[in-house]
Amino acid sequence: MSTTLTRGGPATGRTPGAEPSRRRRVVATPGAWLVWGAVGIFLVTLLGVVGSVLVNSFGTQWFDSWMPNGYTLQWYSEAWSEYGLLAVIITTLEVAVAVVALSVILGVPASYVLARQKFPGKKIVYLLFLLPIMMPPITYGIPLATVLYKFHLAGNISGVILANLVPCVPFVIMTMTPFIEQIDPSIEHAARMSGARTWSVFTRILAPLLLPGILASSILVLVRTVGMFELTFLTAGPDSNTLVVALFNSMNAAGIRAQQTVDSMAVIYMSVMMILLVVALRFVNPTQLVSQVKEEQTD
Amino acid sequence: MSTASRPMARVGKPTGPLLRHRLADRGINARLLLLVPGLVFIVMLFVYPFLYGLTLSFQPMDGGGPFDSYRRFFEDSFQSSTIWKTLKLAIPSALFNVLASVPIAYRLRGKFRGKRFLTTVLVIPITLGTVLTAEGLLNFLGPAGWFNRALMSAGVINEPLPLINNYWGVFFSIVISGFPFAFLLILSYLSGIDPSLERAASTLGADWKERFRRITLPLLAPGLATTFCLTFVLAFSVFPSAILVGDPTNTTRVISIAAYQAAIEQYDWSFASAIAMIMGVIEIAVIGLVQLWRSQFYVGSTGGKGA
Amino acid sequence: MTNASFSELRLESVGRSFGEQEALAGLDLTIRSGEFIALLGPSGCGKSTALNCLAGLLPLTAGSIWMDSRRIDTLPPEKRGFGMVFQNYALFPHLTVRKNIDFGLQMRHLPKADVARRSTEAVRLVHLEEHAGKLPGQLSGGQQQRVAIARAVVLEPSLVLMDEPLSNLDAKLRLEMRTEIRRLHQSLGLTTVYVTHDQEEALSMADRLVVLRAGRVQQIGTPAELHTQPVNWHVADFMGFRNLFPATVVNGGRGVLGDEVVVDVDGLRLVGAAAAPITVGEKAAVGIRPEDLQIIAPNDPGTTAGNVIRAKVSVVEYQGREFAVEVRTATGIRLHLRTPIRLDAGDVVDLRVPAERLLVFPGGNDLPVEEAPLGETASADGRLLREAS
Repeated sequence: MSTTLTRGGPATGRTPGAEPSRRRRVVATPGAWLVWGAVGIFLVTLLGVVGSVLVNSFGTQWFDSWMPNGYTLQWYSEAWSEYGLLAVIITTLEVAVAVVALSVILGVPASYVLARQKFPGKKIVYLLFLLPIMMPPITYGIPLATVLYKFHLAGNISGVILANLVPCVPFVIMTMTPFIEQIDPSIEHAARMSGARTWSVFTRILAPLLLPGILASSILVLVRTVGMFELTFLTAGPDSNTLVVALFNSMNAAGIRAQQTVDSMAVIYMSVMMILLVVALRFVNPTQLVSQVKEEQTD
Repeated sequence: MSTASRPMARVGKPTGPLLRHRLADRGINARLLLLVPGLVFIVMLFVYPFLYGLTLSFQPMDGGGPFDSYRRFFEDSFQSSTIWKTLKLAIPSALFNVLASVPIAYRLRGKFRGKRFLTTVLVIPITLGTVLTAEGLLNFLGPAGWFNRALMSAGVINEPLPLINNYWGVFFSIVISGFPFAFLLILSYLSGIDPSLERAASTLGADWKERFRRITLPLLAPGLATTFCLTFVLAFSVFPSAILVGDPTNTTRVISIAAYQAAIEQYDWSFASAIAMIMGVIEIAVIGLVQLWRSQFYVGSTGGKGA
Repeated sequence: MTNASFSELRLESVGRSFGEQEALAGLDLTIRSGEFIALLGPSGCGKSTALNCLAGLLPLTAGSIWMDSRRIDTLPPEKRGFGMVFQNYALFPHLTVRKNIDFGLQMRHLPKADVARRSTEAVRLVHLEEHAGKLPGQLSGGQQQRVAIARAVVLEPSLVLMDEPLSNLDAKLRLEMRTEIRRLHQSLGLTTVYVTHDQEEALSMADRLVVLRAGRVQQIGTPAELHTQPVNWHVADFMGFRNLFPATVVNGGRGVLGDEVVVDVDGLRLVGAAAAPITVGEKAAVGIRPEDLQIIAPNDPGTTAGNVIRAKVSVVEYQGREFAVEVRTATGIRLHLRTPIRLDAGDVVDLRVPAERLLVFPGGNDLPVEEAPLGETASADGRLLREAS
């Protein structure tokens, strides 16, 4: 696009990073090799990490060779019955759904206020909502578990839900606030000028406009909750373990059971996450899973 | 025709603004009620437990002075050394994640085929979480794993490298879940910088090194600081992988293990809370230092989308 | 079920401040039923604030608003029964054109048949029959504008508020919509308050204009009044008096409006008309429209008749039927004029202005200091500085 502009300029046309020649030179420069090499190494490692779990879970015996001697599904049935995986998966889904619903109900109204108006103490409120995201779960998880045990709320599913809500409510707020900000306030004003009261403005105008944002942030909360280890670990009782905690427990008790059952459980966990991920990626941009920044659609 | 640059004498009594309006002017109105449920929740389940934990940490379980839990932590080198062990893991790995991300994200910031695929693949380890990553690392990097097997059959090494159940196992685990996180964050910060700024610099005669150093890097610096903080927090609180792929009784007995053992194994909630508070203070100290560094840079619009 | 119409809407010393800053102060205005009022002023003058206060979207910090004998500034916007057209249209993006128009009718809980009948009528009024089922995002800017207008007028509001409704349209469409809005106003007889920064738009559409500056009313009057008799140089600046420069009153000022006064501009004596009471010795601002400056031949007998300014041409712009010319006097005053005569940079011309077309305003101290234009040195020699490359 800027070829004619830069070609005449001094010292720009031929440098490796220059835009006009990028398409041609991606393969050619040493910098590009280095970058793609690093990405490649990372991806191979990732593949190895995921692949070895996958292969081991299907293998009969696997000692000093590249691949297992034979393949079987027995580890899956073993893991399924020994760890009571059906119950664990049901608990996991119950926790996830409850956390999503509650965090949307609590978070969206608050994010509306944060997006739309200034008020005294707004910075403090904002910081309060930001802290649970910034702090690592284990820091506030221990005092939180103490309090929940004190009120006999921990050690069962309600404790797991409450603990998981702590980072998720702020997460919904932080993802929804920029989403609401980009909805022109004059649309709400227009509804008011047409005679709509606050309730109608919310149900008829805002709710339909916010739906995509709510959906996106719900899915992100779902992924986070299923993957959240620390908080669930600290507050779960024997009957309220989610999949990730059950996996940790089985790994930590290694030696008692065959490594393969642990791996097959890991594969089940992985499949749950992958299904969620595939669903999530239908609705949200990959970077949103990380950055909470609502990117404009550019591609 | 009337000029009103000078005040006109009004007939009738003056009507001051209503109290409701004056409050609304300062941002206090009925809409703030929407904030209440979320705020009550956070106060009850975040602020209150935190303060409760703080007071608890000053009330040692087996009696003694208010600072006994803290004294116990710092006087026992088995406990206090966890700070250095954690920092020794967290700072290099967070730095590695950020510094490796910058050139890669800079190179890949434009559009290319398969970008969506690449970002999707990078999201996978984030969603898999540390527990599964640990299990995979045990298999992959273990003495009989594919990695050592490949190196040995290539003749690079004779003995398997000890890569798990030690410092490096935990380090790799942090990199596998932390690097994609840092990369995607930095990529979104980079795409938040208006590309025409670089084009403007190139029309003024700057080559790509100068453009990166004098335009992109200063604008990226706040983003780098934030990314470092977030990856540091992730690495600092490393817990499952320190137990599973690390050496949890010795070199990778990180501070969160100490806290966990106090809480879950010894039921000493006072001591556990004290350790949690120490963790919080260290984190805030590191984040504070980084923010101090960040405040020396331009903060504001970077002219582009997002970030 | 429509809103009771009013015979008079009174704004009494309406003011609005944001923190310490007064965005609007002491606005007194009486709007008669059926009137088309334009609020005119540069950006940040408080005109949109005034409109939002009237709509109820912004609470007042001073004063009150009365609809006949009913005080309405305490009512929320949805209870005032006004219609509003927003600058960016603010159409509901998830509703079709038809449903956008239905919305207000539904909010009033009208029977379904009435809603359908009235929205059909409104769609026809703005010629959007073919587009009624489309979403706003599928429409052009002009069509969106029409939907916004239909949505506002379908409620037959007692007052229609328009916030720079044409500013997002291109020049040609703007002219068309201007006529369209005026026609709609005449046929429906809706009382309208129209905010704009475009003086031409305001002059051509409104029955009365309110000129605002820095949150304060400068002048209220009919288009003709404002055009010929601006009360101060700020209004004049807005009404096309592009040539404004400081002067001192030296003779004739007896403190009467319309008085003939003599002013001194850096030694040059000019005769003009006082736009407001002014006295001898007072600092003044002189205002001349570009079209009132005439070029006279060097040996014209008029040269000795006075009110002649000698200047050197600095910039000539071709503008179709005529040229827009910038000249500079020996003392560095920059003047703009329009002439069909072809001139070149560097030519020296004599300019005359009729005394009744040279307005003298009190208070020339706050005239903006002219900055040297791009590419020109401040040395006033009228020569372009060439780049040394």
